This record gives sequence, C-alpha cells and structure tokens, in this order.
Amino acid sequence: MAVVKLFGAWLSPYVFRVIWALKLKGIPYEYIEEDLSNKSPLLLQYNPIHKKVPVLVHDGKPICESTVILRYIDEIWPQNPLLPADPYDRAVALFWIKFADDKGYLMLKLYRANGEEQQAAVKEWLEMLEVMEEHALIGVKKLFGGDEINMVDIAFSFVAIWLGVLEDILGLEICEPHKFPRVSSWIQNFKSIPVIKDNFPDTDKMSTFLKHGREMMLTSKSN
Amino acid sequence: MAGELVLLDFWPSPFGMRSRIALAEKGIPYEYREEDLRNKSDLLLQMNPVHKKIPVLIHNGKPVCESVIQVQYIDEVWHDKAPLIPSDPYQRAVARFWVDFIDKKMYELGSKIWKTKGEEQANAKKEFIECLKLLEGELGDKTYFGGESLGYVDVALVPFYSWFYAYEKCGDFSIEAECPKMIAWVKRCMQKESVAKSLPDQEKVYEFILQLKKVFGIE
Repeated sequence: MAVVKLFGAWLSPYVFRVIWALKLKGIPYEYIEEDLSNKSPLLLQYNPIHKKVPVLVHDGKPICESTVILRYIDEIWPQNPLLPADPYDRAVALFWIKFADDKGYLMLKLYRANGEEQQAAVKEWLEMLEVMEEHALIGVKKLFGGDEINMVDIAFSFVAIWLGVLEDILGLEICEPHKFPRVSSWIQNFKSIPVIKDNFPDTDKMSTFLKHGREMMLTSKSN
Repeated sequence: MAGELVLLDFWPSPFGMRSRIALAEKGIPYEYREEDLRNKSDLLLQMNPVHKKIPVLIHNGKPVCESVIQVQYIDEVWHDKAPLIPSDPYQRAVARFWVDFIDKKMYELGSKIWKTKGEEQANAKKEFIECLKLLEGELGDKTYFGGESLGYVDVALVPFYSWFYAYEKCGDFSIEAECPKMIAWVKRCMQKESVAKSLPDQEKVYEFILQLKKVFGIE
C-alpha cells in the first residue's frame, strides 16, 4: 500500500490546505509535526531548497509547495475533484489560486506591523478583500467549488480563518460584513463545510500563542 | 479548438515570451498585439481588470491571465503537438515546483541587479547566481529540463536569457563564467526556432533598461 506522509506545523495555513485535501479525498496519511525553530534533518532532506512545511511524501518521493502538493493530490486521487474539468474554467480557478497564493505574505506583514506600518498593512488587506468582493466572488453563490469546496476555496482559507485570528489578537476588524458582504457570506459557508469543521485549526491556541509572540517581538523591537 | 487567439504583450517581457514560445512550439497562429504600458489599451484593462498586466491570452474572446497559466492552458487545449508538461504526475509536480521557484526568484533578483547598487546589488547578484546553480543541478545532464524535448521549465526559464546581457552590464559580472552549464542549455534552446523567434535581441533589452534607468532616475 502506498504510504503518504505529511510534514506540517500546527499553525500553518499552508499545511491545513493539504490536510483538508487529503481528508476530502479520504486518503490515510501519517502526520509529522515539525518544530519550525528546530527543523528535522528529514524535513531539510526532503525540502532542501525552501526548508519549509508542508512537504508531502508519497512512496518516499517528496512534493513541496502547498499548491503543487494540492494539484498532485488531485491528480493521483481524482475522487472529489478540486479543480474544474473544463480547461478554461480551470485556467480561471488557477488564476484565483495564484492570486490567493501571492497575497499570503499579508498575514505576516500584518502580524509584524505596528503604528504606520500597521495602517499600510491593513490598507493592503482591504484592497485584497475588495478584489475578492468585486471580482473573485462575482457569480459565486455558495462556494468557489459550487456546493462543495474546491482548490480556490482552500487557497483563500487564510482569509476565512487566519484573518480572524489576526483580527482577534490585534483588536481590529478588517473584514467588516457590511463592507464585504460576499466575502463574509463565503467565509461562513466555508467554515460550515464538514471537512473544514471536523479538521478546524485550534484558533484559540493560535491566538494565545501569536499574541504572546507579538508582544515579545514588539518589546524586542523597542529595546 | 483553434478559434480566435490574441496575445496582449510587451516585447521585453519575459512572461510574454513564455506564451510566445508555447504557441510557436505548437505552431498555433495568433495575433500579437503590442501594449504601451504607459498607456494601456481598454482591451487590456477589460481583460485583466485585477492586475492590468500583460501578457493576456484571449481565446475566443475569453481572457487567460498569468503566463504560467497560459502555458498550461495552451498545452491542454493543443495537447496533440509538442507537449510541454510531463505526463507523469510526479514529474509534473517536480516541474511545477521549479516553475514556482523561477517565478519566486528570477524576476525580482534580476530587477534588483539593474535597479540597485552597492551591497544590495552585490547580494542580489550572489543570490541570482545561487539560483542559477540550483537550476543547473536540476538540469543535470539532460538536454533540456523537459528531457529530450523542450518542457514547461525550459519555457518558463529561457526568456530571462534575453535579459542576461543587461544584468551583466549593470552588475559588472559574467553569468557564463559562473554558470557555464546554464549558458550551454540556453544555446541549445536558442537553436529552436520557437525560442529564437520569441526572444528579443539582448542589446535591445539592454537599451530598454538604460532608458528605464533614466526614467526612474537610477544611475
């Protein structure tokens, strides 16, 4: 039987992308938690270029970069497909996945920012949410995948879940429902999907951990 | 399947070159439209409202944006000739990984080489060469990244060659001296008509960079 291993870290939105894909397709896997401050030799061997999680290892062969992993999973295990079959629809889906991937840096940017930098980071988040509201979600009734989630929904999961964690620890409301009704509605729909609900990150633990981490970071900055 | 194909592009864009090569490899006729990026056409703004960038591939009136997505789309729709993306899922994942690596590194590092000076430029040069060496490692003894024929990674990477002369002049270094295997691979690619015809002359690109430096007020 083929062996699937996933190297991950409990906080990482990119790791959760892979977990949800594997769960959705019913693929058994072994999960290995990595301490990102003390990466295992095995992780460094499997991902020498980026040295990051997630890394999927299938039959001893490593696949790195979450979107590359998702596409691999979708191709090897075609049940519950994560991308449209039609080439044009797929090109559109891939466009939005790339858009979401290219905006992932906003999480850390907001987390690390203070004062003026925070205002700038919030502005960038609002611009991103506006594109989701005015472009990405046009014509989307429930989820990007229709009634079920697909790779586009999974790619935007950092907006659905991790933005909320950041809002919580920073005491900010960025995705205001009256300003972003489509995004807010999509977030609720995303969170209510069984595979997401049943494999939901520990956001309380994240908030506590990240709040503390941010305090330490800001204190050391001002020292 | 054929239908109407338009490519909105800008001659020095390495991203546009990717789509040009893919279309040429498969012998697909299309209309090339040059965009003036200081005065973008209504069509461009309409077809790529999110990024307002080239290249945009318009197939039967419907836009495909992002060069790597265009290459994949072209490969899928015109799958019977000159396949670019590996058929094996694992090889496909490896190819996608390297295209992602190229996208994350090459343009940004290259830009730093011609835009900056001093320590910032030195660091960019160092990292740029390191990236090329990693790519050389991936190429190994193969003729192309795609094996015996041009593949996805080749198409994604080779356009940056048209900027090498500009990087070398601005950065005062020799890419061939540091990465001879890379240049040998480039030369093999340039023997293909699809590549040679899709890449602009390096001197022309250098002149263009010098103009940009004037506009940006960079010494």
